[in-house]
Amino acid sequence: MAKGIREIKRQIKSIQSSRQITKAMEMVAASKLRRAQEKAQASRPYAEKLREVVNGIAAGTKGISHPMLVTRPVKKTAYIVITSDAGLAGGYNANMLRAVMDKIKASHSSKDEYGLFVVGRKGRDYFRRRELPVVGEVTELSDFPSFADIKSLAYAAVRSFEEEQFDEVYICYNKFINPLTQIPTINRLLPFEQPEAAASSGVKASYEYEPTPEDVLKVLLPKYAETIIYGALLEGKASELGAKMTAMGNATKNASKLIGELTLTYNRARQAAITQEITEIVAGANALS
Amino acid sequence: MSTFLLEIVTPERVVFSEQVESLSVRGEEGELGILPGHIPFVTPLKVAPIKVKTGKKSSILAVHGGFVEVQKDKVILLAESAEAPNDIDVERAKAAKERAERRLNAHGNQDMVDHRRAELALQRAITRINVSSRSKE
Repeated sequence: MAKGIREIKRQIKSIQSSRQITKAMEMVAASKLRRAQEKAQASRPYAEKLREVVNGIAAGTKGISHPMLVTRPVKKTAYIVITSDAGLAGGYNANMLRAVMDKIKASHSSKDEYGLFVVGRKGRDYFRRRELPVVGEVTELSDFPSFADIKSLAYAAVRSFEEEQFDEVYICYNKFINPLTQIPTINRLLPFEQPEAAASSGVKASYEYEPTPEDVLKVLLPKYAETIIYGALLEGKASELGAKMTAMGNATKNASKLIGELTLTYNRARQAAITQEITEIVAGANALS
Repeated sequence: MSTFLLEIVTPERVVFSEQVESLSVRGEEGELGILPGHIPFVTPLKVAPIKVKTGKKSSILAVHGGFVEVQKDKVILLAESAEAPNDIDVERAKAAKERAERRLNAHGNQDMVDHRRAELALQRAITRINVSSRSKE
């Protein structure tokens, strides 16, 4: 009996220290989440401005064309998949990767028809293990990535589209709804939707473009694409921290519950041992008298 | 003196948002100064310092990968990075300059992409060094 008691006590101790860790991780994730959200917010004005200018050009000038606005017959598709480096974030990576795999299975029959640009170690390892074509990768980003961190991958992706290695580029990331909910999202990045010329043409002042509208567009569109990729990365990071916070919160809660149950068992076992001891003593005293 | 609102925005944050008197930048087609009342105008920028004048004060920033959009009473400058002299790490810029120069000399013209990249890196480094040294004068 006594051994059982010691066993339970040890178990309680070990769960308590786990709880301490998960609790700390939850709080760290919570404070980082706030910063990540602010960062995602701060990146928005840039993207919005760019879109405004691009739409402005499209609206102000007729018959403009650029390779990034034209839909070509799709022979090869690129996916930019944003995952995390570390685990312990609940279903964050699993959900994302499942969504991507479903999409790939639904639209491609062979590995030659697509390529993957992967952010994050989890995603990279997943695709490598399955021997899928990983074209580019970025790992070990900080929790608050800067534009320069992602620039080379974004540049490579946009460039491979321009060079017609890929005819479509999709971006896959976890959309941040709130700390409890993140939705795996797959959006088409390139080619861009034709901007709606009619809607804004009346409002906009006509601009002068130097050297020409086409040249300006040539500079802006790749930038715009890169910015969208960066925005998705920031949102992915916020989602990751949200998922981590929730997962760790649940782990802490479960640990507390487990400790409660074990404490109850422990007390029962202790009481049983005491009762038994008393019975034995009384029985011994009775036998003597 | 009349002013206009200048906003400098990078993917990471809004770097600058103030009423200013003039702005001078190096556009794709050459240097240009923007004063209040400029016609609506868009042009990409070269990797170069920009100068901002507000009253007696004038400040200078290192900008790369940017373009400028002039609206009626507002100018928006979007750039991949825009750094004030205080934000610049001169040592790092100098190291980057040397690295880029080495790369340019070593490679010659073998690889177009690498060459171009090294050139851009060199420009960025030089711009940064210029901005930080000029602000100290």
